[in-house]
This record gives sequence, structure tokens and C-alpha cells, in this order.
Amino acid sequence: MSRAFKPKVVTANALLEGDAVWLTIDDRWTRDIAEAELMTDEAHADLRLLEALSRQSEIAGAYLADAAAGANGPQPTHFREAFRTRGPSNYAHGKQVDL
Amino acid sequence: MYVYNDFDEAFVRNRVAQFRGQVERRIDGSLTEDEFKPLRLMNGLYLQLHAYMLRVAVPYGTLNAVQMRQLAYIADRWDKGYGHFTTRQNIQYNWPELRDVPDMLAALADVGMHAIQTSGNTIRNVTADHFAGAAADEIEDPRAIAELLRQWSTDHPEFQFLPRKFKIAVTGATEDRAVTRAHDIGLRMVRNAAGEPGFEVIVGGGLGRTPMVGKVLRDFLPKADLLPYCEAIVSVYNLLGRRDNKYKARIKITVHENGLEKIQTLVEDRFAAIRPTFTGHDQALLAVIETAFAPPAFAVKSSDGYQAARLANPAFRSWTDTNLAAHKAPGYAIVSISIKKHGATPGDATSDQMRAMADIAERYGHNELRISHEQNVILPHVHQSDLPAVYAALRAADLATANIGLVSDIIACPGMDYCALATARSIPIAQDIATRFDALKLEHEIGPLKIKISGCINACGHHHVGHIGILGLDRAGVENYQITLGGDGTQTTTIGERAGPGFSAADIVPAIERLVTGYLDLRTDANETFLQAYRRLGMAPFKTLLYPAEDQADAA
Repeated sequence: MSRAFKPKVVTANALLEGDAVWLTIDDRWTRDIAEAELMTDEAHADLRLLEALSRQSEIAGAYLADAAAGANGPQPTHFREAFRTRGPSNYAHGKQVDL
Repeated sequence: MYVYNDFDEAFVRNRVAQFRGQVERRIDGSLTEDEFKPLRLMNGLYLQLHAYMLRVAVPYGTLNAVQMRQLAYIADRWDKGYGHFTTRQNIQYNWPELRDVPDMLAALADVGMHAIQTSGNTIRNVTADHFAGAAADEIEDPRAIAELLRQWSTDHPEFQFLPRKFKIAVTGATEDRAVTRAHDIGLRMVRNAAGEPGFEVIVGGGLGRTPMVGKVLRDFLPKADLLPYCEAIVSVYNLLGRRDNKYKARIKITVHENGLEKIQTLVEDRFAAIRPTFTGHDQALLAVIETAFAPPAFAVKSSDGYQAARLANPAFRSWTDTNLAAHKAPGYAIVSISIKKHGATPGDATSDQMRAMADIAERYGHNELRISHEQNVILPHVHQSDLPAVYAALRAADLATANIGLVSDIIACPGMDYCALATARSIPIAQDIATRFDALKLEHEIGPLKIKISGCINACGHHHVGHIGILGLDRAGVENYQITLGGDGTQTTTIGERAGPGFSAADIVPAIERLVTGYLDLRTDANETFLQAYRRLGMAPFKTLLYPAEDQADAA
């Protein structure tokens, strides 16, 4: 029996700025994971990743990351992905101040 | 110091122009990320968790004031006003935007610097003893050789696609401050029976996933044979090194799997074949380079003011006790500027601090600065009579922390605060340990102790050779920190031993505190360092300090 599919978001780094972005249901790249499309179907997630990978002039390094439904939208489930939504812990730099 | 000639200048300018075109083609969509990635890595540009990162080489750790000011300018103009000095004598900018990177590289070229081969499967920045040219225990300044190696390895057509990255370190001193035994090639200057200087050639050292202490390939290599011999080593590795598995691709694995003898035979054969093709041009070039590293005109003057200042100012005295090293010239000292203020990020300097260090070097330090692999900045040549003024200027720039070689002088890689490869954070652990021991006011009593922290198994933070090493891992989605003990990165290089199960982020600092305060009770007297006590006693008593509850359970 295959393992249950964990919900996913498509994430990448913006081509010019290099910061973390997430793919929305209406095909935008957002800086706020809460606006991302949360995908519960594996085949759909794989398709969305392929679509994201074709947008080479906007992003780099797209991949599927685990996420969970929160009150305001998708939330990261792993600490690495949580750091990507905020920025480093040693300075108030990155999304924690830019957003 | 070496100054770029017309060839160097044209070469780096040409590279900047090439990369500018590559960036434009990436942005307009004519290059995919897969096509662009090897090109950007060849020029030191990474893509990390929150942004791009530009890694700039500081060849053999040497900078002048103009170059340091330019690093500050780049930090202000295109980054967030600071830079991060690394364990490979590089500086990293954590926030550049892709469009700006060609301009940053052009600004580096303006002062004879570059980011070429700071990444990728090539020969990386050649590192050297940060006290080179100043140390009292030195045979010769190794930087001329390091510069020759830089020129030879830069864009070397045979070595642009090695099985894996390749790191060379060189020292001219007895005391190994360049971790030569943990490099792909380590070069230690020694003298032969006739008293002539040459090199002990060490090969196959490295940390990372499979830590190995380098093995001696040649006891004594004449200086004139250095370039063909290094070329023979890299050439043998290029053919023999594994390309099927990146975890087995470093030369340490090649040496381990094939045996030192076979490598020795292959290298000597290759050396014999190529040596005649080195007809003396390299030696002529070396002679020119050597003149660039002639010692400065050391001043002869009284040091009376220094002694008086030591007596008058306890804070200055404490700083001179920890942050100075013996210089070869009478009346001179080597100053280590701590980039490890308690609670700050190890290795991070603001642009203002970079400018302050440049000013001090220009005024009091014969215009020389060094970056150490321990992530500090060195003023290699300061006359004792200038030390009070240097200390005052450092204090004004918040750079006068008196902790070199102590518990808070921690090496830490960027870890998961920046690095895409990291499995856990390093910086906050270093900050918390330093802050805790500062609060305990114990670090001077504890004495020499090297803590080194890596945020993943790749070991950029040299944790295997820390007296106390800390390795951050991801254990089932939670940050977890493993401790190794007894590591040593000097001429007696030793890989630390794992103490036992890891600790959570909340428990690691108390564990280190138990370990270090417990050592104070274990040592024979104040002269026995942590490492010496560990070597005398072995793991057992330290393990008891780290895991007290388990020990009680065993006793019950």
C-alpha cells in the first residue's frame, strides 16, 4: 500500500531577487505561502510542478514542499520551509520585515 | 602584496563581461536554470534559502586596505551592509540580486579581486596560514607559492571539470594554522638535510561526510618541483576519481580506495612525464611573485608606551593577553581582531567595521589584513608601540572583544539561516553558547578551547576538528545537535569522536555548559587545556558530564 499523500505547495526562488515564492491557483508567484495553492492530489501536484518548471524566466529551482491547511491558508510543516517564509534568525532581514 | 599584471587584469575583466552576457541571457529566458547553474557557480554565485549568495575569494586570506574598503562598498551598494567571512578565507554576500552581480564582480575587478572558482568542481581558493609572512615560527612566507598556485589553477583547462571540488592549503610554519591535513592537498614547508626549504606534500585529507586525515605523499618536495607535482596529483585524481557517486568523488576516497602506494606510483609516473615540460617559466614567474611578498620595512622604535599602557588599562591588558601572537620582527606583534563579539554572528562584519579595519591597517599595520579560517581578521604587522592606539580604534568600531582561542571564539557555518544544503541552524547555537559563557564570566578561566559548529554533514564549520564539535542534523523534522570531542585541526590533526545521542536546540547549550564547567573539575591544574584533559582521560568522564541521568540509571 502506498503512503498517504501529504498535501503540497509548489515553491521556488524568484529569478531576479532569489527569495522564496509559491505558486497560486491562478498561476501567480506569491511571496506569502498563505496565498499558495494547496494540493491534496498527487497527480495534480506533479502536473503543477511541471507547469512551474516551464516558467524558467520567472523562477529557479521549483519543487514540491509539504504544507498543511491553516486558518489563513497553507502553512509550512517542516522547519526548513518555515524559515523560507520568514528569513534568517540572526538578523531582521528577508520576508519577516519585507512583507 | 601581489598586484595584478596586465594579463590578470584582462582575464578578470573578460570573465566579468562573459558573466554579464550569461546573466542577461538567463534573464531574457535564452538560458534555462540548468544551463545557467554551472556558469554562475564558476563565478561564485549560489542560490540559497532566501536569496542569491556571492562568494568572493580572498586569495590566501590576504587583503590590503583598498580591497577591504571595496568589500565594504559592495556590502553597502548591493547587499545589506555586511559580509560574512568564511572558513575558507572567502567573504560571502547573502543578499545580492541577480541583475547586480556582474556589477559586483566588476567592482571586485577594480581592486584586483574576483569570485572565480569559489564554487564548482574545480580547484578552489588556495588558503594559507593567516600569520604568513609574520609568524615567528615560519621558514618562508608561503603566499608566493599560494599565488603561483592561484594563477596555475585559475581556468586551468585540464581541471575545470574535476570529479569534485578540490581544496589546497599551504603553510610555511611549524605550527599548522591552515588545517593542511584536512585538505585535498596540504603543503607544509619543511627543510631537507641540506637545510633547503621544500614541502611535505599531504594528500587526501578532508572533513565532510567521510572525514579523513591527510596522508604524506612526499616527505620532501623541492620548491622548484611544486607546480608539476601538484599538476601530477590533480591529473591522476582527474582520471581515477569516481564520477559515479558524488559522495565518493573527493580525492580522500580515491586515496582510501586505491591505497596510498598506488596513488604514489601514479603521481610519480605522471610527475616524471610532465616535469620536463616545465622549462623554467613557472620559476621565473615565482621569482617575480616573491618580490611582491617582500616583508614590509619594519620600524625600529621603543615599546615602552606599550608596557605602560598594559599596566594602566586592565581591559587593554586582557586583550593583549588573548589577541596577540608572536611576530618574527623585534618589537612587532600579530593582532587578531575578533569577529566573534559575544552574541553576534561569527564571521560577520559590517561595512563600517570593514572600513575601520582598513583604516587601522593603513595607519598602523603596513597596509595588510588577513582573513583567518577561524573567521577572524588579522593585522599581521603592528608595532607594539601602536597597540594602544589600535586597541582604541578597534573599541570604537566594536571590534575589541578579547576572546581569541577561547570558548566564544566559535567557528560556525551559515547553517539553515542561509544555506540550502543545511539540515539545521548553526548561528543561533554559536550566539547562545557565546552569550552564556560571557554571562558566566568563565571563559578566561577555561582557557584555550575550540568549539566548531556545522549545520550539516558537509562540515564547513570544521566540527570534526573542534575540541568540541557540534553537528546540526534534522532528526524526524526537528533540529538535533550531535557532539564530537577531541578533534584537533593543527599539525596533530585528529578527527573528533562522537559522544553519544544528539541534543535538541533547547538542550545543546546546557549540555555544552555541563561539559565545559565539568572539565574545570577534571583538569589537573589551570595549565591543562580541555583537549589535553580529554586526551589524558578519554571519553568516559566527559560522557558522564553530557548524559548525567543515564549514568545514574546505569548505577542504579
